Amino acid sequence: MGKLISKIPDGPLAMKWTNYKASVKLVSPANKKKLEIIVIGTGLSGAAASSALGELGYSVKTFCYQDSPRRAHSVAAQGGINAAKNYQNDGDSTYRLFYDMIKGGDFRAREANVYRAAEVSNQVIDHYTALGVPFARDYGGTLDTRSFGGVQVSRTFYSKGQTGQQCLLGVYSSLNRQIKKGNVKMYSRREMLDLVLIEGKARGIIARNLLTGAIERHAAHAVVLATGGYGTIYFLSTLAVNSNASAAWKAHKRGAFFANPSFIQIHPTCVPQLNEFQAKLTLMSESLRNDGRVWVPKTKGDTRPANTIPEEERDYYLERKYPAFGNLVPRDVASRAAKERCDAGYGIGETGLAVNLDFRDSIKKQGKEVIENKYGNLFDMYKTITGIDSYEEPMRIYPAGHYTMGGLWVDYELMTTIPGLYAIGESNFSDHGANRLGAASLMQTSGDGYFILPNTINNYLAEEIRVPKISTDKPEFIETEKAVIERINKLISIKGKHNASSFHKRLGKIMWDYCGMVRNEEGLKKALTLIKEVKDEFWRDLNIPGDSSDLNQELEKAGRVSDYFELAELLVTDALNRNESCGAHFREEYQTPDGEALRNDEEFAFVAAWEYAGESKPHILHKEELNFENVEMKVRSYK
Amino acid sequence: MALAGLFLLTFLPLHLIINFMLLKSEPGPFNTAAHFMATFPVIRIMEIILFGAILIHVSWGILLQIQNWLARPVGYVRSNKSETSFFSRFMIWTGAIVLTFLILHWFNFYFIKIGLVAGNPEDFYSVVHNLFKIPAYDYIYLACFTLLGFHLFHAFYSAFQTLGLNHRLWNPVVKPIALFYAIIIPAGFAFISITLWLFR
Amino acid sequence: MKLTLKIWRQKNAKAKGNFETYKMDNVSPRMAFLEMLDALNKMLVEEDKDPVAFDHDCREGICGSCGMYINGHPHGPVPAITTCSLSMRYFKDGDTIWVEPWRAKPFPVIKDLIVDRSAFDKIQIAGGFISVNTGAAPEANSILVQKKKSDDAFDSAICIGCGACVAACKNASAMLFVSAKISQFALLPQGRIEAKDRVRAMVEKMDEVGFGNCSNTGACEAECPKEIKLVNIARLFREYYKAF
Repeated sequence: MGKLISKIPDGPLAMKWTNYKASVKLVSPANKKKLEIIVIGTGLSGAAASSALGELGYSVKTFCYQDSPRRAHSVAAQGGINAAKNYQNDGDSTYRLFYDMIKGGDFRAREANVYRAAEVSNQVIDHYTALGVPFARDYGGTLDTRSFGGVQVSRTFYSKGQTGQQCLLGVYSSLNRQIKKGNVKMYSRREMLDLVLIEGKARGIIARNLLTGAIERHAAHAVVLATGGYGTIYFLSTLAVNSNASAAWKAHKRGAFFANPSFIQIHPTCVPQLNEFQAKLTLMSESLRNDGRVWVPKTKGDTRPANTIPEEERDYYLERKYPAFGNLVPRDVASRAAKERCDAGYGIGETGLAVNLDFRDSIKKQGKEVIENKYGNLFDMYKTITGIDSYEEPMRIYPAGHYTMGGLWVDYELMTTIPGLYAIGESNFSDHGANRLGAASLMQTSGDGYFILPNTINNYLAEEIRVPKISTDKPEFIETEKAVIERINKLISIKGKHNASSFHKRLGKIMWDYCGMVRNEEGLKKALTLIKEVKDEFWRDLNIPGDSSDLNQELEKAGRVSDYFELAELLVTDALNRNESCGAHFREEYQTPDGEALRNDEEFAFVAAWEYAGESKPHILHKEELNFENVEMKVRSYK
Repeated sequence: MALAGLFLLTFLPLHLIINFMLLKSEPGPFNTAAHFMATFPVIRIMEIILFGAILIHVSWGILLQIQNWLARPVGYVRSNKSETSFFSRFMIWTGAIVLTFLILHWFNFYFIKIGLVAGNPEDFYSVVHNLFKIPAYDYIYLACFTLLGFHLFHAFYSAFQTLGLNHRLWNPVVKPIALFYAIIIPAGFAFISITLWLFR
Repeated sequence: MKLTLKIWRQKNAKAKGNFETYKMDNVSPRMAFLEMLDALNKMLVEEDKDPVAFDHDCREGICGSCGMYINGHPHGPVPAITTCSLSMRYFKDGDTIWVEPWRAKPFPVIKDLIVDRSAFDKIQIAGGFISVNTGAAPEANSILVQKKKSDDAFDSAICIGCGACVAACKNASAMLFVSAKISQFALLPQGRIEAKDRVRAMVEKMDEVGFGNCSNTGACEAECPKEIKLVNIARLFREYYKAF
């Protein structure tokens, strides 16, 4: 248990980051050039870190599996990015943003990290603006904000419905500048397949060139993972279909602890599944709930078209159950309520797995034009996918897996339990506790990449200045490469019948059914058995046509799915271990009499950091106690 | 390319105005105008610029077209169905035909003027009238001017775009003006030829 | 629905490709085009045949990974959407669908329907940025931007870099893409400082990597999944002339 040293600086909360920066070790410019850093991933955190480290003068090597760094899935974030600018004079402050995040995360995040994320949020907005990100503006030329995600202040900066893409293009442009200067070398279409450790320190990676199939060794003085979340473990999620946990999982197997894996946010407003080959579920911004009313028929199995169901036969269940917040309850509450209604047999559509999101009353009250101005692009998007005109009939929505609060355990410096290995952005666990607040992910991931890591990594590298360029001929590289090739060969030589996606789909169904929005002990135990069954079948019956010496998308997919089986087991184990309900983690055994989450702060106010103990050995749990010195732990209530 | 093209666009109405003198029953005014055009020093300078513009426009056009073909060495099997301005797809071909006509035109007139081809440079009026009496020449003439119209329609709008002269105030009127121009100029020339051919 | 697919298959960059015909018997109109290809690939893997390789990722029309030339249109016959957002309800029972990769010299085919679009990255690396170091940015509201300009910049910035403009253009020109990038920066005061160097560097790189020239045909605008407008191209010309 002594392994979890969070390295939180001393001093009052508001001074910790300032004190840290004032006392942290530095690396001289001449030495920086000699130090190499590998960054995996080019989303907001990865591309931001690469460019910031490049600006500092480090030799950076950046990797992404896509054909261009500009395609990382940060691109799909819609809503916006929070900052404590208080431009609206509505009483916002760093402390309030911090408090909203801590509370939103249901008191399962580390105070010092969250405060720092809130603290650098303003710098993030300044930087994006300077980079030319076209945030929405007011007529006077100043930046506009909107209220988002059920908070009482207006602190969300946005670029219509595609803030993620605009921010990503911003970090991509700063990355390009460093590539042009020669400070960053970009390796696209590369997938990290393992981490190389030398004398216990992260010293490089083994990557596969996805175009040629070549296995490559890359060495560095430090490795940064910015590999995003693992929401595609449900198969159907709002994530890009190629998003995966493999890099983080390989690092985990090499010694990085995995924290709170079962904390996965389910987004309530997604387009429901339309066919059995559906590859992903598209998110419809939750801002729709500002004017849309959620309802199901009062009669079970009512198949009448929504518009023909009279008012008195409709159950506006969110308004009924949560009169104070109504349709605007937080994501986890809205998701569970939808599931509850559908499970009880009131769901709509052929599958019965959907609820109505109805704009009829808002259109009547505000006029079609107003609604069109606010949500026109979302209505168009919905129509493109489903062919349904939401001005005329209600949207059908259902929750889908969205964001993973869990991830690699990191200390205050964002370093994992492997010295020299860092995890930033969604791939770490640190800032969102058990539930993420809307518009907080762009903020955290950008802050990690631009402002936090480039400060903290110096503290480690200052001790590495005497380490010469690391050779990739070292035995550790050769051994790790061998293991990677063996794993690939093992996958290819199964020569069964089915493709990796079909197994992924089955795994996803198990995870969704037993470890999704609602969990219980019995179901989780059943899930463990089922996962094992499908996993065994996978290793018996997978088929990958072609070989590994060429572009082979089936092989890529199979590798990712094979890792997901292992992560799934840990995820369920973590859910089983956490005998409480908090945030997105809802255990049926632990609820209030009226069905709300029942937290157990006495026993579970800790971060569950899991250590890999070896093939087919149970993971070892390490607990990082969470001490709340600046906030009082309260029960979230939206009644 | 666009600048040279725009300059050529300004020459056409001038030529047309002079051509209208062909409709007069006596050769005097036209021949005087032709003589003036052939001797007045300012016009001589303009002539050099005009030939420069043609040279630039044609050679650039060909050069760019070759670059464009090279930019897609392997084509599609299913031809492109994108909604585009129709005539823009054939600019190199309409251009080539117009150029061919222009060369023929030079043989009939300009080369006589500079003495390369035998003929009387002081009486183009008769040359024109005689030429338009040949039906085959009229068919070619009319066909070429139709194609010139196609060429002009895209050229007019395109030149504005390429010169960066795109403005929300005049964008809506550029295409109608282009259409008007592309119809009126060839129609004017055609009117003269048909009149001389059938009614004189 | 029963459909006949004619898909371009090419083992690698050097191989000679050809069209393969596939019969699909059970296509639901509620599928997305790429899900139909997923279904085809599942079938092919079960027959131990090489599945069709194609780029795709977000599957919601924002990452710009996917791109196929379907029945003579980049991203298929429906305007203003990407291939991944194309629903099969736009096709009829018995249809034959031709699927080809993007074709352009700077976009060589890698395998089947995957092409190499790194030429776009090269153009952006040449100058598609504002030179500001992390930490050096002024207070965000100290830079005032007219709302109209900001909105126009946004309308240019929504380009997803999919390459449909190049694929559609008869000249394989990248002007719409480059002009959208130039416009975003040109319209914002932050971007004015380096405007001249930027436009020269990016245009030079665009020509160097082998894209064709703009002849104002407008196919790019017609096929752009994000409806980027031709006014951007005029703006690029303006910026370019101003740069000398």
